[in-house]
Amino acid sequence: MDATDRAVVNHLQGGFPVCEYPYRVAAEQLGITEDELLTRLQQLLAEKILTRFGPMVQIERMGGAFSLAAMSVPEADFDHVAEVVNALPEVAHNYQRAHALNMWFVLATETPDGIAATIAKIEAATGNRVLNMPKEREYFVGARFTA
Amino acid sequence: MTMDTTDRAIISATQGGLPLVPQPYHAIAEKIGATPEIVIQRMQAMLEEGIIRRIGAVPNHYALGYQANGMTVWDVSDEHVDVLGEKIGALDFVTHCYRRPRHLPEWRYNLFAMVHGHNREEVEIKAARIEKILQSHCRAYAILYSTRILKKTGLRI
Repeated sequence: MDATDRAVVNHLQGGFPVCEYPYRVAAEQLGITEDELLTRLQQLLAEKILTRFGPMVQIERMGGAFSLAAMSVPEADFDHVAEVVNALPEVAHNYQRAHALNMWFVLATETPDGIAATIAKIEAATGNRVLNMPKEREYFVGARFTA
Repeated sequence: MTMDTTDRAIISATQGGLPLVPQPYHAIAEKIGATPEIVIQRMQAMLEEGIIRRIGAVPNHYALGYQANGMTVWDVSDEHVDVLGEKIGALDFVTHCYRRPRHLPEWRYNLFAMVHGHNREEVEIKAARIEKILQSHCRAYAILYSTRILKKTGLRI
């Protein structure tokens, strides 16, 4: 990454214009050409420095239900349980974390009932209790990172 | 404002990303069978309404050197959690901040703040800043570092 790549990453984490030629407008603000911006975005995505470029949606507004859930999985069963959990399409993310509750996953289902049904399925398939921790209130969402 | 079928079509057409062509909104319009004017107008409206949080780049924080990912969790008194949650969410290094239910006795924490750092030390320094704001309203806290990404597909619509 050179200085221009850093500028692209740092300045384009939000506020991308909605107009006829948005890349041209954004490129002007960065002092580069539209072509160069498009090329650099392609490269940053190909190199996986960016995971995505586009609109970020407040997903609850699309309908559906979401929750964070946690489980305490014995070390010896961990990989097997991870396989079972990951195989469910309702599981969007799954992280191992250093804590007694060592598996944390995000569930996304089409209906509110889907969350409870998926949790019941995971409990039955793994024999572990799942703690359901749906968001009760959002104070901030807006990951920003400096390159 | 409620979302109509055009809004949904726009969102699902852009979940893979905005087309990397000079006129991306025109490309979306063509894809969903709407006019570019409608796409631009609806996207502006969804931004104002907060359905679209923002449009831009999502960096892979690991690639940028943010190797430590700490979910900091805090046991904050119920009567103060909302006021304090807003303050914690306003810190520039907190990327997500939520209130979630406790599950006593196994889980006492109700305030979650995601903190990233180049290393654990940096996350701990940031957590100390949170602790200073919460003061006596916080009874306990923990930092849960992620040790492995087991699955990351993104949310499908």
